[in-house]
Amino acid sequence: MSESSITRAFEGLRERGRTALIPYLTAGFPDLRACEGALRAADEVGDILEVGVPFSDPLADGPTIQRSTFRALEQGMTLPGTLELIARCRLRRPVVVFSYLNPILRYGVERFLRDAAALGVAGLLLTDLPAGSDPGVEDAVRESPLDLIRLVAPTTRPERLSVALDGAEGFVYLVARLGVTGATGELAADLAASVGRVRAATGLPIAVGFGISSAGQAAAVGRLADGVVVGSALVDVLGGGGVAAARRFLEELRAGLDPAPVPA
Amino acid sequence: MDPALLSAEHGIGGRFGPYGGRYVPETLVAALDDLSALYHEARADAAFWAELDALLAEFVGRPSPISVAPRFSEVVGAPVLLKREDLNHTGAHKVNNTVGQVLLARRMGKRRIIAETGAGQHGVATATVCARFGLDCVVYMGAEDVTRQALNVYRMRLLGATVVPVESGTRTLKDATNEALRDWVTNVPTTHYIIGSVVGPDPYPRMVRDFQSVIGREAREQMLERFGRLPRTIVACVGGGSNAIGIFAAFLDDDVELVGVEAAGHGLATGHHSATLSAGCPGVLHGSLSYLLQDPDGQVAPAHSVSAGLDYPGVGPEHSWLRDTGRVLYESATDAEALDAFQALCRLEGIIPALETAHALAWVRRSTGRWAADEPVLVCLSGRGDKDVAHVAALLGSPV
Repeated sequence: MSESSITRAFEGLRERGRTALIPYLTAGFPDLRACEGALRAADEVGDILEVGVPFSDPLADGPTIQRSTFRALEQGMTLPGTLELIARCRLRRPVVVFSYLNPILRYGVERFLRDAAALGVAGLLLTDLPAGSDPGVEDAVRESPLDLIRLVAPTTRPERLSVALDGAEGFVYLVARLGVTGATGELAADLAASVGRVRAATGLPIAVGFGISSAGQAAAVGRLADGVVVGSALVDVLGGGGVAAARRFLEELRAGLDPAPVPA
Repeated sequence: MDPALLSAEHGIGGRFGPYGGRYVPETLVAALDDLSALYHEARADAAFWAELDALLAEFVGRPSPISVAPRFSEVVGAPVLLKREDLNHTGAHKVNNTVGQVLLARRMGKRRIIAETGAGQHGVATATVCARFGLDCVVYMGAEDVTRQALNVYRMRLLGATVVPVESGTRTLKDATNEALRDWVTNVPTTHYIIGSVVGPDPYPRMVRDFQSVIGREAREQMLERFGRLPRTIVACVGGGSNAIGIFAAFLDDDVELVGVEAAGHGLATGHHSATLSAGCPGVLHGSLSYLLQDPDGQVAPAHSVSAGLDYPGVGPEHSWLRDTGRVLYESATDAEALDAFQALCRLEGIIPALETAHALAWVRRSTGRWAADEPVLVCLSGRGDKDVAHVAALLGSPV
């Protein structure tokens, strides 16, 4: 199979000694137009984009993503609407669709994979589909052009790590701490050890997410990992200050991640 | 109890036919693995069941009797028998499960317990066992239900539990369950989640079934001993479906008709109901694949029922399988039918049933003519209705 756009993106970054900035946005939040604006800004400043499909029962999400989800649903956002949004924005960066399983099951797994691949969607991350829980769905994703993005949690034991990473594609999403999504004041103390454990088990790039909310934190995580996911903090800024504020925040994160330019 | 008396371990791989499974965030997988391993060990351990049986006898008051309902029987035209789970300590079948799970939590050394609750019966049953064993208890309850079931909220607080009203989503049981799962993801090393029905990720559906199956084992023995035969039909209400699975489990291999009655709310055609098996289609919610009320986009549809305990858009995965295989017949009763049956049992038998249970009674009442005069119908009287009295009074136009 040909190399995925996610793999190529990480290779390009590695050559330049850079860490991937991976912004997460909830499809349709705060409204369709502002979401399009935010996605375009993320496409210019970030390296890989995560687009969240709103779901009525976001049990792995904290208050920020819950609110953005309900707001998007109130305005009629759906899974087909999410795909249309991605198509309309003509994004250059690889897009990972971030979803709970049920909307995809209802749409039809094969149909979703076909439609998403036709739009150039690069990967799929299913919050409530841990490795091994539904081989039918997992195999279908792996056999599609979309990368199957796996999550590894702080509670994932060494003996499960190989299961969790079996068939993983694109990159590994390391959950930085116990709990739901959401901005936090401080990073987990044992994050370096967690990254090391995953690093020893896979050759895939490692992106860290959950609770990263400032340029300083992004920089600290960027020294350990290949990618940094920023979701709730970005959604908060977008909801409060609109697209311009979201762009400024993304640029701050970018500046935090990139090494200072070498003087000429 | 002798562990050998437990029915064959259906669902050991976490699936009932295609249903069930473990659709949860990766963070919870380790805790579910631990719980499965511990339960596998406890299930085969006579000492575990001996401890549980002693608690069920001394603390819960089991076995619960079967009562003949002579005047209700006259209306139906067949002998109606009631398995009296309303006589358990805390007033419902829910405590059978919380006693079992609290023993497992103790074996795991977890000292903090969380639970979700709809009507508040499971919350009360959880708060009760936590008080008995000196464990911290946090109960998540939809803000809507906190208002509807104020009495049970106060009972939980008296028992030392913290009740957290959940304001997100539809502010009912499904949202309380989401919030409990969020708590569990955050505090999993110290916390055990006592799920109150045969729902959730594996091993919960089979574990809760085993703890509730005491209802059916007792009923089977009582029927044979007192009446020299098995019932023609067994009827139970189905929300998540724990009292129904509990009484059905012992009779699955018998020539006994099994009927689960869902809440039809304002009527199936109105879309305002909780009749998941009658009107839903398979989907994933709260960790398992099962029938689900959902819209064409895969968003979970709000459920409605006059009874908070049935007001849930999902159902236990084993029920989905029993539906597809045809072993159990799933019917429904509306809010109005349940209210009528509620009043009928009060006046005819001197028993105030839970509104949940009233749905099962309503179907039996509606099915007059289905049985010969000598064919006994056994209804699982899953709980008592004291908690519903204020709500019913308001609905009938004479608020207390």
